[in-house]
Amino acid sequence: MTCDTSYDVIVIGGGPAGLAAALSARAEGNVRVLLIERNDSLGGILPQCIHNGFGAVIFGNDLPGPEYAYRYQEQVEAADIDVMLDTMVMDLTPERDLYAMNATHGYLHFRPRSIILAMGCRERTRAQIRLPGSRCAGVYTAGTVQRLVNIEGYMPGRRFLILGSGDIGMIMARRLTIEGAEVVGVLELLPFLTGLRRNFVQCLQDYDIPLHLSTTVSNIIGGQRLEAVETVRVDEELQPIPGSTKRIECDSLLLSVGLIPENELSLKAGVHLDSRTGGPLVDSTMATNVPGIYAAGNVTSIYDLVDYVSKAGEVAGRHAARYAGAAGTARGGDAVEATVAMRPGQNVGTVIPQQVRIDTTGREEVTLMLRPNALIERKVSVEVWDGDRPIISFRENYSRPAEMMVHTLRAKQMQALAEANERELTVVIQ
Amino acid sequence: MSTYEQIPGDTDHGASDEGGNERSIICLRCPRGCEISTTLDGYGGIVEIFGNVCKLGRDYVEAEIADPRRILPTSVRVRGGERPLVPVWTPKPIPKGRLLDLARATRGIELEAPVAVGQVVIENWEDLGVDLVTSGAVRRV
Repeated sequence: MTCDTSYDVIVIGGGPAGLAAALSARAEGNVRVLLIERNDSLGGILPQCIHNGFGAVIFGNDLPGPEYAYRYQEQVEAADIDVMLDTMVMDLTPERDLYAMNATHGYLHFRPRSIILAMGCRERTRAQIRLPGSRCAGVYTAGTVQRLVNIEGYMPGRRFLILGSGDIGMIMARRLTIEGAEVVGVLELLPFLTGLRRNFVQCLQDYDIPLHLSTTVSNIIGGQRLEAVETVRVDEELQPIPGSTKRIECDSLLLSVGLIPENELSLKAGVHLDSRTGGPLVDSTMATNVPGIYAAGNVTSIYDLVDYVSKAGEVAGRHAARYAGAAGTARGGDAVEATVAMRPGQNVGTVIPQQVRIDTTGREEVTLMLRPNALIERKVSVEVWDGDRPIISFRENYSRPAEMMVHTLRAKQMQALAEANERELTVVIQ
Repeated sequence: MSTYEQIPGDTDHGASDEGGNERSIICLRCPRGCEISTTLDGYGGIVEIFGNVCKLGRDYVEAEIADPRRILPTSVRVRGGERPLVPVWTPKPIPKGRLLDLARATRGIELEAPVAVGQVVIENWEDLGVDLVTSGAVRRV
C-alpha cells in the first residue's frame, strides 16, 4: 500500500464544520484539499434537520437545515476540492498518517501536511443515563427518530413520550405531531427548560404538548415492545420523591438527553481533550496540541447554532492551509506568538477556544464562545481576570445554559490580554 | 405532575372582574424570549401591554393577538429519487390555526424526481398568500 502524500489538507467529516473548513482551506491559496465523509452524502446532521432556524448569522436568512447544507455543498462542488463519500477513517497518528477505508478503493493511507478534525458529536444513549427497566423495542434517541421520519420516511411509533427538554426533543415533539403521531408529553429532570424558549413556544405550546419539569423516567415497561413508562418527580437534589410515580401509556420513548463530541480519532492522534467540553483543547486558530492537527465544530464542544460551527470551521481551514504552507498561503503568519489560557470560573461551564494566541496586529479576529452553567435572568457582567484584577469586562442581557455567549475581542481587549501578567486567566459571569 | 410551572408561558388566565383577559406571551422576535404581559378587552383588543417591552416586542404581541402566524416545516413524498422524501417549508408564516390543515394537505402530494431546492410545491395555499417550497434536493435514480 503506497502512502498518498499529495494532499496539503485533509478534512475528516463533511458536516457544517468540515464543509466550511474545506472551503476556507481551499480559498487560502493553491491548496490540495480532500474531504472525507463516512455517509453517502455531505451535510452531516443538517439534511435531517428540516426545521428552520439556521443561517441567521452566516446568510442573514432563516433557513431550514437542508437548505443551509445545500448552499455549502454547492460551493464545495464548484471549488477544486476532492470529496470521498462512504469512506471511514480508521486510524490517525500524531505524525498525521491517516488510514481510511471504502468499498471502491479498499484500504487507503494518506499523509497530508495538515488535518482538520470535524467529526461532530453523537447522542447520549439510554445506557449512558442508566435508565432502568425492560430492554424492549421502542426506546430511541431523538436523532434516530428524526432520521427515520425525515430521511427514510418511516414512522416508528404512534404514541410518544419524550425525555429531555433540549431543542432536539422539542423539535421532534412538533415534528411527530405534524406527521400525525401523538406526543403525550416532554419530561425534564431539571427544574428549568434546557432548550431555547422560542422552541418551547413554537414546538410545545403551539401544539398543546405538556412539559413536565423536575420529572424523569423511573421504569420502562414492555415485552417485545414498549407498553408504558413510569415517571417520577424529583426534588431539588434531583432525588425521586416517594409516591410521585405515574404510569404513562406509550409505545415509544424518545431520548433527548445530550450530545457528546466524537473523539476516538483525536485520542489516537495524541490530541489532548478538555474534560469539560469532551473535545480537543484548541487555541484561537483551532489548532490542537499536535502540530498540524486542527479541530472545529461540535467535535470541540457542543454548539447551539450551526452558524458558529461554520465560523469555527472557517478559522480551522484557514490556519490548517497556512500550516501546510502550500503555494500562495501566508506561511509564517502562524509562527507561535505568546498564548494565554482562558479558564472557566464562576458560572462559566466551558470556554472555546481554551487558548488565545496574542495577535495585536488586528489581522486575526478572535471570538470567545462561553457556555454559562447558571441561569441568571438579569443583566450580567462577563469578566476576564488576570490574577486578582479584571482586565476585560463586557455586559450580557442574561446568562442561560441553553445559549452560548458569543464575544469577539476588540483591539483594546486583545491588548489587555497581551499585557496580562498571568499565562492563565479566568473567565467569570457575575 | 405539574406543567409549565417555572416557564413563563402563553397562559390564558381567564376572565377577570372587568370581563377582560390577562395573557402572558413569550416574544419570538429575538433569542432573548421576553415574557410580555397583556390585558385584553375580551373582544380581541389590547387594553394594556406591560413589562419591559421593546418596539419589536410590542409589535409581536399585537400580531400574536390579532393574527398569530408560524412557519411550517415538513416533508413530502418523492417518486423515482435517491430518497423517498424531500423537505418542504413555508418561507412565509401561515396562520397558527391552519398549521395542521396544511400538514394534512401535504400528505397526498408525491413529486417526481429530480427535485430541486426552492421548487414551489403548492402555490398560494388557500389564498393565504403563502407557498409551500422545497428546502432540499433529490436526485433521480
